[in-house]
Amino acid sequence: MNAPSMNARPWARTARWVRWYLRELTGESEYDRYCERHRRRHPHAPPPSRREYEVLRTHHRENHPQSRCC
Amino acid sequence: MPTSAMPESAPPAPESPPPSGSARPRMTPRSILLWSTVALVGAVCWGVLALSRGEEISAVWLVLAALGSYAIAYRFYARFVARRVLKPDDRRATPAERLEDGVDFQPTDRRVLLGHHFAAIAGAGPLVGPVLAAQMGYLPGTIWIVAGVIFAGAVQDMVVLFLSMRRDGKSLGQMARDEIGRAGGAAALIAVFAIMIILLGVLALVVVNALAHSPWGTFSVAMTIPIALFMGFWMHVIRPGRVVETSLIGVALLLLAIIGGSWIQESSLADTFTLSPTTLVFCLVGYGFVASVLPVWMLLAPRDYLSTFMKIGTIALLAVGVVVAAPVMRAEAVSDFASSGAGPVFAGSLFPFLFITIACGALSGFHALVASGTTPKLIQKESQVRMIGYGAMLMESFVAIMALIAAATLEPGLYYAMNAPAGLLGTTAESASQAVANLGFTISPDQLTQAAKDVEESTLIARTGGAPTLAVGMSEIFSGVFGGAGMKAFWYHFAIMFEALFILTTVDAGTRVGRFMLQDMLGNVWKPIGRVNWKPGIWLCSGLVVAAWGYFLYTGATDPLGGINQLFPLFGIANQLLAAIALTVCTTVLIKSGRLRWAWVTAIPLAWVVAVTFVAGWQKIFSDDPRIGFFAQRERYADGIDAGEVIAPAKTLDDMHTVVTNSTVDGVLIAVFLLLVTVVIVNAAVVCVRAIRSPGSLATTEAPYVESRIDIPEQAGEPLVGARS
Repeated sequence: MNAPSMNARPWARTARWVRWYLRELTGESEYDRYCERHRRRHPHAPPPSRREYEVLRTHHRENHPQSRCC
Repeated sequence: MPTSAMPESAPPAPESPPPSGSARPRMTPRSILLWSTVALVGAVCWGVLALSRGEEISAVWLVLAALGSYAIAYRFYARFVARRVLKPDDRRATPAERLEDGVDFQPTDRRVLLGHHFAAIAGAGPLVGPVLAAQMGYLPGTIWIVAGVIFAGAVQDMVVLFLSMRRDGKSLGQMARDEIGRAGGAAALIAVFAIMIILLGVLALVVVNALAHSPWGTFSVAMTIPIALFMGFWMHVIRPGRVVETSLIGVALLLLAIIGGSWIQESSLADTFTLSPTTLVFCLVGYGFVASVLPVWMLLAPRDYLSTFMKIGTIALLAVGVVVAAPVMRAEAVSDFASSGAGPVFAGSLFPFLFITIACGALSGFHALVASGTTPKLIQKESQVRMIGYGAMLMESFVAIMALIAAATLEPGLYYAMNAPAGLLGTTAESASQAVANLGFTISPDQLTQAAKDVEESTLIARTGGAPTLAVGMSEIFSGVFGGAGMKAFWYHFAIMFEALFILTTVDAGTRVGRFMLQDMLGNVWKPIGRVNWKPGIWLCSGLVVAAWGYFLYTGATDPLGGINQLFPLFGIANQLLAAIALTVCTTVLIKSGRLRWAWVTAIPLAWVVAVTFVAGWQKIFSDDPRIGFFAQRERYADGIDAGEVIAPAKTLDDMHTVVTNSTVDGVLIAVFLLLVTVVIVNAAVVCVRAIRSPGSLATTEAPYVESRIDIPEQAGEPLVGARS
């Protein structure tokens, strides 16, 4: 996904920035990046669907727990 | 968020082109003026705090003093540590760039990574510790939180993050083994596991104390489970990967659950949700086990998102509330308990016990586990360790300051009626009022009943653990800004929910991490148990981890002397000992890599934390005062049993036996912790002496230099720190 444009009105820009930030923070935008990376490295194989990707991601998360602090 | 991370789409903020790294930038007159002003404002605020006695003082002074100090520390000290000691090099590729795999390693926008890292380090710790420490007055706590974070906590986080980043994101345990040696490494690993168990037990105890006999709180916290399950189903099955929309729905449902709690309390269902501490213990233990064996998408992941959103939202709200409402401090600046050591919340004098009670927010060893976990694998540029390591810790410290303010703006009488152990206060408003008067403070039985009524709880007497106190403080502040007195009960339960949510997330994640550590350790003895996909192994290890923290939770909930009073020092000592291990690793690496001259940067905080924890541990083991020393306590109650008498606050001989068992376990545990940390430190000292005697003889395990290909123009404002010259 692209960076929010700088030309829009201030509030629209802020809203877009917040959306960008939240998508990045939660990892929602990871799929887009994954697809892009996939197309670059394996141009002939179709990238996984969103659903397939989420299964992969959960599986990875299952085996890499991260501690939260107190 | 424990997701593997993110972007490459750098958002806005185009600035001037990067300066060449060679010239040392001088301060312009404008920046000199700016920083002089910041310094002046901070100094004036500290002056006001230090000099005003006996008059009312606004919390805003505290906020400004802290913020001014943070700004100066970040601009000057953190920069000094980065430039001179760590020497990050932005022309060197970070592991995120070199090993990029789109999953674990991924160069991440620094602002996003700051959010991640902050969400991972900040939890209930900085909210609970300062509330308990308010018994010594607000001033010692404030000074320790601010000075501690600047010279110890934030330095530890930044240095560990940097070292781990230079080692492809190795964990603290691995670094201890590689840099110190096998004995030190093994001791560190066992200490980390044991400390985690104590941490989970104590945090869960905070939840139990907050929810006991409170149908409203219990209902709204229980509802987080179906809400999380729904979110998991939504994100996994119906709309895969739509995290933001799901989280917003989740937050809305959560608010409904809080409102619904008020309704439940009035309804015939109230009894169903009125649970005793012991019942809650079994619920939590059961929940902890189920949550740790269920697939992560069902419970853990959605709860984690929910918790992150609530965390950031509520902390922002609290900051606004404190500044707008500008409450007045009602606690004394320094109370008599600071020197007498006879405080009812936790025993012992200011040194060392203040410094272990406030751990998170000033210095927290647990952060070293986060800073050597996911974050170092996501850093885009080396110089960003200052913003992410040091900056995130300053933010957490600010959270601790706000918690301290929330507690110190309560009437002291109410504070002690809520935080002294039940054994001291009795169960009626009259007995509690009398007990508070004996401590030297006043609250009438009517006031106490009214305070409970205001937040629609059946009682506020002996609601120990910090969470209810913070919730009352937050409800005062919030209702002053949003919604008025009628909203107090809502804000109280909002705050309870917010803390319980954090803690349950920590319990979920911690149990899972503990299970992996245990599987790893036991796998060395018997192979199959180490296999991550072998179900019986998973169940067994999860069960063992849950049983271990469940034991401490149970003893805490049933301890006649008050679980928080007994266990919180254990938790504080454990957490600070972990910091000692982390700082030992840092100091060793600095010395081994020829930076003996700068080793004081981590060695001084190390000396401090060792002094604090070992004195505290020593007193906990050897003190003759049964309120402080675990073995003195044991002896007193064991003698009582022999003589056939029951010593208050114990009510029966069974209670007496419970005290004897608990104090023995706690005392032995502290001794074991101290021993483990001593092994690490002695082993490290040997390595350091060898390194000093023949410089350069010992290899460190830094990954080799690879030229970076990433350019980040947006960072231009910040000169390339420590660029090799």
